[in-house]
Amino acid sequence: MLTRVNVLLAGLLVLCALGLVTSQHRARKVFIDVERAQAHAAAHEVRWNQLQVEQTELAKSARIDARARRELTMQSASAERTLHLSIDPVTRQVSLSQPWREAAESGKPGGVRPAVHGRPARPAAPGGRARAENRR
Amino acid sequence: MKRGRNRNVPFVSNPLLKVSLPAYRSQLLMLCVALGFVALAARAVWLQVFSQDFLQRQGEVRYARTIELPASRGKIFDRNGVVLASSLPARAVWAAPEQVDATPEQLARLARLLSMRESELSRRLADNDRSFVYLKRQVEPDVAEQVARLDIAGVHQQREYKRHYPEGETIAHVIGFTNVEDVGQEGVELAKNAVLSGQAGSRRVIRDRLGRVVEDVGATREPHNGSDLALSIDSKVQYLAFNAVREAVDEHRARAGAAVVIDVRSGEILALANWPTFDPNLREKLSGAQLRNRVLTDTFEPGSTMKPFTAALALELGLMRPDTTIQTDPGRLTIGGRTIGDSRRHGELTVAEVIQKSSNVGTAKMALEMQAQQMWEFYTRLGFGQAPRIGFPGAVAGRVRPYRNWKPIEQVTMSYGHGMSVSLLQLARAYSVFARDGELVPLSMFRVDGGAVDGVEVISPETARAVRHMLELAAGPGGTAPRAQIAGYRVAGKTGTAHKQENGRYVRKYISSFVGFAPVSDPRVIVAVMLDEPSAGKYYGGVVAAPIFARITGDSLRALRIPPDAPLAQVILPADAVEESM
Repeated sequence: MLTRVNVLLAGLLVLCALGLVTSQHRARKVFIDVERAQAHAAAHEVRWNQLQVEQTELAKSARIDARARRELTMQSASAERTLHLSIDPVTRQVSLSQPWREAAESGKPGGVRPAVHGRPARPAAPGGRARAENRR
Repeated sequence: MKRGRNRNVPFVSNPLLKVSLPAYRSQLLMLCVALGFVALAARAVWLQVFSQDFLQRQGEVRYARTIELPASRGKIFDRNGVVLASSLPARAVWAAPEQVDATPEQLARLARLLSMRESELSRRLADNDRSFVYLKRQVEPDVAEQVARLDIAGVHQQREYKRHYPEGETIAHVIGFTNVEDVGQEGVELAKNAVLSGQAGSRRVIRDRLGRVVEDVGATREPHNGSDLALSIDSKVQYLAFNAVREAVDEHRARAGAAVVIDVRSGEILALANWPTFDPNLREKLSGAQLRNRVLTDTFEPGSTMKPFTAALALELGLMRPDTTIQTDPGRLTIGGRTIGDSRRHGELTVAEVIQKSSNVGTAKMALEMQAQQMWEFYTRLGFGQAPRIGFPGAVAGRVRPYRNWKPIEQVTMSYGHGMSVSLLQLARAYSVFARDGELVPLSMFRVDGGAVDGVEVISPETARAVRHMLELAAGPGGTAPRAQIAGYRVAGKTGTAHKQENGRYVRKYISSFVGFAPVSDPRVIVAVMLDEPSAGKYYGGVVAAPIFARITGDSLRALRIPPDAPLAQVILPADAVEESM
């Protein structure tokens, strides 16, 4: 009787030992997966940082400004080249004006010149005033 | 089974037992066995007790490793989350000279990849005394990858970080830079190095046969990444200011230029631009002039930009009212044997007109009614003579001498900004008393959450409003700086033009400045501009600095989406603007 119990216990012991080995093995496998996932996350983080820097580099004002001037031949909006659209609050009439040019051409003593840093004005837009019809 | 078979022959009846042998034989055997056990026990004790540490260490070396867990340096953002500085992984390529074994062709390719001259490379590899030589640090990962593919024995790589500054030279003076060890050297990188730098951690692990980490052993020291910082700078406004300064320096052939934009409500510095500048991404060759942050570390005689403070003190002390008249004829005034003068005769002026026309004589007459101590205390309360507390390296205090030594002529010249020195930042900050109804705002280089901050009241709101009106006149058609006007916004401000001193004597070199704010109906930004030695013929602040102010302010207000407070077509430039007196 006692011998049988011993044999049973020995069998159980072997089973437990095998179980321990398997579970240890599994734990290590899972651990390796976690490690790999973490390395992945770190790599993504680095990539994200890189992209963030790249985005700022590509979107920085200095670059946009330079390319707009060079490739699209754009110019800064100077006061002489600005048309002002104003809506009369009462009559709701829309008027179009170019105050800088008009004042400069009116030849008032001293003249009126833009205080903002600007480039020389281009010839007046065709019919600047004439187009200031009443619109609703 | 064996037992079963032998059951009928009991052990005691074994015939061998009947043979009589000498007793010493069994005793000798016993002794030998006993000695054997003693030897085993001694060995066990030796291994278990005396050599335990050594053996355990040796065992561990074979499977356990300590892994360094790198911590990254914090990023620096602008107020809107644009990255201004970020650390990215890089490699340091190093070599053990005596182990290097490469063909000449391999070396040539290595030199090309590291963009070094071949002679330089072989010189470094010839140094056989050392077992470790850096060939190049801060190598980009893709280049390092190619170096690794060359597979040269004795050439190794090491992980490190490289700091990237995407905005480059535009904001170099604010951010500063780090060295190859990722330690701050200048600017915010230096001032906030402790906050930005991370703390590397480590963990002890068990590796399997294939080198994979399979288990943690012992405690892990977590790495602490450096904290990110949000500056008060708005990178768009910064670019506008930087570009304006750069173009102005070019146009006026000046030695240097600087500008600062301050948010009136929160005291945040929205832009701080300097020219000349440097590219923090290429920091091999930097000169002192490039590195100087002129807004903070340079002081100059402010000149006429100080006059509004004299007027404010006169109003505050009840000595004058804005419409009190002062006789400035004949345009000169002699005090203690020295004569000061205006650029032309202005006749009888009110206090407001003294500021508008920037009359030295008028300002001097106001100052003569005050006591030296009152002026000194006022300047001190405005922050002159003290380094601004913005947590930035190298911010200077400027110089306001103690009032006990002031001679009357000095008190007078100080009233219009000579015989003292200030930094552009101090000047811009002091103007917040006019922009904010009498309160001096505390400045910040870092984003202030929650908008407005409380200031310290220096003058009464009435005085502030009165001087604000005077400053608006000065920046108008009848003042010294009509070119400061901006379409759509009411502006207020004051020009300054000062001779430079060299070896204690004034020379024909100038510093042109302008400090002002807008929109006047509800001031939002203070902008201060300074140009050092404009030498293209023009040097008056009203001609040189005011247009830069107008450009920066106009662009900034639009960039910050602040609604206009004036009709669009009100800017009038007279033929002959009032020349300012120096």
